[in-house]
Amino acid sequence: MHAALFITCFNDTLFPETGRATVEVLERLGIGVEFPLEQTCCGQMHFNTGYQREAIPLVRRFVQVFKDYEAIVAPSGSCVGMIRELYPLAAELANDKRLAADVEDIAPKVFELSEFLVKKLRVTDVGAYYPHRVTYHPTCHSLRMLEVGDAPLKLLEAVRGIDFVELPEARECCGFGGTFAVKNADTSIAMLGDKLRHVLETGAEVCAAGDNSCLMHIGGGLKRQRAGVRTVHLAEILATTEEMIKP
Amino acid sequence: MKTRAPDAFSNGKTPRFEESARESLANPQLRRNLGKATQTIRRKRAVVVEEMPDWEELREAGYALKTRVMRHLDQYLTQLEESVTRAGGQVHWARDGREANRIIAGIVRSHDAKEVVKVKSIATDETKLNEHLEREGIEAFETDLAELIIQLAGETSSHILVPAIHKNRSEIRELFMRELGVKDLSDDPRDLTNAARLYLREKFLKAKVGISGANFAVAETGTICVVESEGNGRMCTTLPPVLVTLMGIEKIIPTWRDYEVFMQLLPRSSTAERMNPYTTFWTGVSEGDGPQEFHLVLMDNGRTEVLADEIGRQTLNCIRCSACLNVCPVYERTGGHAYNSVYPGPIGAILTPQLVGIGRSGSDSLPYASSLCGACYEVCPVKINIPEVLIHLRGRVVRHKQDEGGIKGKLDPENIAMQAMAKTFSDPRLYEGAQKAARIGQWPLARSGAIHRLPGRLAGWTDARDLKPIPEQTFREWWRSRTGSGVSS
Repeated sequence: MHAALFITCFNDTLFPETGRATVEVLERLGIGVEFPLEQTCCGQMHFNTGYQREAIPLVRRFVQVFKDYEAIVAPSGSCVGMIRELYPLAAELANDKRLAADVEDIAPKVFELSEFLVKKLRVTDVGAYYPHRVTYHPTCHSLRMLEVGDAPLKLLEAVRGIDFVELPEARECCGFGGTFAVKNADTSIAMLGDKLRHVLETGAEVCAAGDNSCLMHIGGGLKRQRAGVRTVHLAEILATTEEMIKP
Repeated sequence: MKTRAPDAFSNGKTPRFEESARESLANPQLRRNLGKATQTIRRKRAVVVEEMPDWEELREAGYALKTRVMRHLDQYLTQLEESVTRAGGQVHWARDGREANRIIAGIVRSHDAKEVVKVKSIATDETKLNEHLEREGIEAFETDLAELIIQLAGETSSHILVPAIHKNRSEIRELFMRELGVKDLSDDPRDLTNAARLYLREKFLKAKVGISGANFAVAETGTICVVESEGNGRMCTTLPPVLVTLMGIEKIIPTWRDYEVFMQLLPRSSTAERMNPYTTFWTGVSEGDGPQEFHLVLMDNGRTEVLADEIGRQTLNCIRCSACLNVCPVYERTGGHAYNSVYPGPIGAILTPQLVGIGRSGSDSLPYASSLCGACYEVCPVKINIPEVLIHLRGRVVRHKQDEGGIKGKLDPENIAMQAMAKTFSDPRLYEGAQKAARIGQWPLARSGAIHRLPGRLAGWTDARDLKPIPEQTFREWWRSRTGSGVSS
């Protein structure tokens, strides 16, 4: 099986290690990964901030670049949420029936990484080894828009050597929210404060999630506090094997 | 008495959400009171919803019924007018809040009443009825315990259902001792309630006119419904000889049978009860029983504008249960006053800007008062897709700024940055160039592997969060170096 990787502009620029890990996991499972270099951004930031006319060309670009692939995988719940839930709105705003039809075709082929592994490939054990105490923050868009459910937890359960500890009040938003983190920085930070308190309660050394945007926010807070807790994308945990750790 | 900043329904300049939120966030007592209250009710709601095997079907039914009402609102309104008139009531139409206030004051004056008793009603808060009556020499007494508390405190409601949620019992004790002149009062809820009861009973017996809002009105029969917990509403609607009800035109449900759906959805969603203690229904007037004169004021006040917006109109489905407030992580921390509207929380963030119209700085900030976490949509008993409407309204705010904001709108720094980024993302070569430029451009900001301070509008990020610098190699650079092509196998 082949899958196209939609890396997302955010991961491409700021978190290339997550992209490399995603490729590693998919190839380990025998998936032929393709990376169309014409891809840029899904348009989520523009659309959700209100710059919706500006997002329409990005929607068109995404559809154009990816429409011929049988499966499209992205290591980001919120970008996949944008494509599956909000592209129809964008097509409506563009008043473009052709685009609406293309969006309808492509939406069910776009997967967030954990749902692609667990729901599409029906794999939970990807051969990972990760000897650390880890807690997991289920990001809002993967939880409530994509309804990935316990797919990430099933993947983590199958990781060897892991000391997994549940995050209290896990379903609570971390307060990132895209441009919300800057426009309403005070409220965003108040929400972050409670999330960090729960992360620290677990005694974990690693806080994982399926979205680097939320992790940049949580990790930025942890780092500022010198908390001694790292944030790591789920893909990077799944990509780590015993061979990679032992010399 | 504490005076509050002007709200979205006033003509004065309303503060933006982020400004007001900063104030609330810095109030530890408020944070503690709200956090405790919302977390408790949230947990209780989850329990009573969990036990319903057909909850999703009920939500679906509530959504379908309300959607049908909105589609044929004109017909249902005429039907309601006929039903109420047939039952001996009088129907009045008000285009806006001012007209509604004038009509109500006229009715009160025609009975030479100087005092009126009120059932908890957000519609009358929306029109600022109490202030209007005061100007006409009529004193309005709030009889809902929480409404009484905030009326005595000279404050405004901070929650749809629990208006005094921001106050704890020791604060209420002090208020009652000061305002009601009660001596030797403890902060035991029973004692506090008794103090209020003594004060209110006298008002109920004296008042010639009672004023209420409405939870529902049945088009088929003309039956109005008020759902409450205390019984004070029941007294307001049955003791005074004249009853006036102010109702937004969207409160209609088609038939009596439809209560079956809403009376299961509403109490569980609002107070986390299987059934609320008092549900009062009345149909016109009944000779020798209860008020002998009944007026129904049907108010638009911006609602037909909301109805005209295809995505926004679902906002009118709201049954004011406040479940969205109780689960909202933003509301939990900022409280209701930060929204500067009688409609706070997620539902207020979509209802207020639509009712007052896009293009006012204060209410235009409300659709941005959300991290789009979606918890509100998950609990909404009539399935209002609040995140979708928030995003839609953000679009309307930006288009209004760009199209009608003149040169100032076009030169808005956010607009310029967004235009530039949209252009960059439109072409992979420009995008890759920008990646490289950002990597080079960040050097003055990065110190020992982290950015501690960002300039300008982005400084909000680094107030409490470090930022990871852009790494040496982008993903696509790695991919190219690895394969030289676009395919791995």
